Amino acid sequence: MAVLAAPAASVKRRRRAVRRVPPTLLLFVLVPLAVEGFWVFWPALQGFYLSLTKWDGVSAPTFVGLDNYAEMLSDDIFGTAALDTVIWIVLFGGLSAAGGLGLAMLLNRERKGVGFYRAALFTPVVFSLVATALIWQAIYQPDGVFNNVLGAIGLDSWKHSWLADPDTALYAVLVPALWRQLGYVMVLYLAGLKGIDPVLYEAAKLDGATAWQQFRHVTWPQLRSVNSVVLSVIIIDSLRSFDVVWSMTKGGPYHSSELLSTYMYSTAFQSLRLGYASALAVVIFVLAFGVIVTYLVRAFREDQ
Amino acid sequence: MSVTTTRPAPPAAPEERVPAKRNHKRARRTFGFHLVAGGLSVLWLLPIVLVITTSVRSFSDIASNGLGALPHSFDLSSFGEAWGVGGGGHAMLNSFIVTIPTVLLSLLLASAAAFALSRFQIPFRRTIILVMLSGNLLPPQILLVPVSKLSELLGIYDTLTALIIVQVGFGLGFYTFVLQGFMRSIPDEIQQAALIDGAGPIAIFWRIILPMTRPALAALGALAFTWTFNDLLWSITVLRTETVMPVTPALLGLQGQYVSNWNVIAAGSVIAAVPTVAVFLRFQKHFISGLAIGAIK
Repeated sequence: MAVLAAPAASVKRRRRAVRRVPPTLLLFVLVPLAVEGFWVFWPALQGFYLSLTKWDGVSAPTFVGLDNYAEMLSDDIFGTAALDTVIWIVLFGGLSAAGGLGLAMLLNRERKGVGFYRAALFTPVVFSLVATALIWQAIYQPDGVFNNVLGAIGLDSWKHSWLADPDTALYAVLVPALWRQLGYVMVLYLAGLKGIDPVLYEAAKLDGATAWQQFRHVTWPQLRSVNSVVLSVIIIDSLRSFDVVWSMTKGGPYHSSELLSTYMYSTAFQSLRLGYASALAVVIFVLAFGVIVTYLVRAFREDQ
Repeated sequence: MSVTTTRPAPPAAPEERVPAKRNHKRARRTFGFHLVAGGLSVLWLLPIVLVITTSVRSFSDIASNGLGALPHSFDLSSFGEAWGVGGGGHAMLNSFIVTIPTVLLSLLLASAAAFALSRFQIPFRRTIILVMLSGNLLPPQILLVPVSKLSELLGIYDTLTALIIVQVGFGLGFYTFVLQGFMRSIPDEIQQAALIDGAGPIAIFWRIILPMTRPALAALGALAFTWTFNDLLWSITVLRTETVMPVTPALLGLQGQYVSNWNVIAAGSVIAAVPTVAVFLRFQKHFISGLAIGAIK
């Protein structure tokens, strides 16, 4: 017993030695933290402050209190951009979640050809949104493939320049965004579906559950944590969406496809109204805030 | 993985005993699956086929037959145009000058932080991890104006250095979060043994923990490469001059330069997609598992 006890004690001591933090290790944490602090947290704080100022970027910013926020109330373009952002969250987010889940369900079972189908649907994810936008811009041209197909199936009256029409521009931009996002969400759901214990399905089948009942009572509840991740990801992605709109329409024509993100960018770097632009950025932050907190709480809980 | 092994695959022999009617039904369902999945795949690949065919058509073919017509020509000069006069080659060089240091620096700093935070009792370690992650979740819009002014103040506005630093800073939180989760699953005994042999923390980090983190580093490396290479927003925020633009923003410039030369624009898009497609094909498994990290968390 005594012989056994001695090494145990020394192990314990050694373990405590590991736990004492050597000073070099503090640098391991402090250097990255300083980089992020200087280039992310410090600018973010400045962003909040700038939203309370009027600034052209040249002379010193003047403090105007909440004037920028008051101005939004009477700014029609802000109204359009806010509405479009909501439409974007609902359609881009909703369709990519529902479509991604559908595709994952379709391609979940390992069978012949499934690897090819998954790869085909996933490929656009690796393209930049700018390249994606240009590919689709060519498709939407008046003499492009899309109008040709419409002509070929007898819908000549539907032909028009999809990106130049204020009524269709936002939706025309949405399609390429979805083309690229669906494969990504599909991968998230495929990972989730892989984690479901097959025994649950066997039990359900023994009880005579139909395919719909299996989905409703086995798959869906089991996907709960994936669902909340997908929800966070798509809301954060929707609010960040910028590249595809900027590349295809720059928010036009007549601001019809303007999102808060594109409006913020053009206000800042084209109109040089840096204070008002910062206030727009704060609005985007506020919209994302709930999702960010939910995401962090989950990360905190799982990081035990 | 477990799904394929645990789920009883329909054995071949009993299938013959299945009544013909059921067998027929199964064949029809398999056909239906391939019809739907195949149809969707074709639909998804069609835009890619289109951009490639457009890129190899001649300008006069597109002008006379229309952009959406079947190709009547085969002409690779558009690639030379996009690469040379259009500035694609130079932009590609800029992209690599930005992307490679960004990926290496991000992963180095993030894995150092992750090592300290996961293997030692750093005070407030959990808070630090979450604060770092929260920085990555911020909408970038809130940072654009201050970051562009900060880089002006430091005299690095309109340089690739600014773009590298900004992207490293913004990505760090996410990479640190993923890596520390991975490093915590490495058994403590290995570190103990090295410590008894007199290895310092840097040696343990560099020779033991980092090599064992390789799968996670490969996954994050592939993702970071794609994200950095495909970036538009940070580039157009800290850069202004055409000649320093990486491929992704340069593609927008190309579009402005060759307004209706769709063959050149298409060639540019194809060129811009080659590096990320290559990384994806080479690291396919890591890439997918990297994306899925988010779902499992």
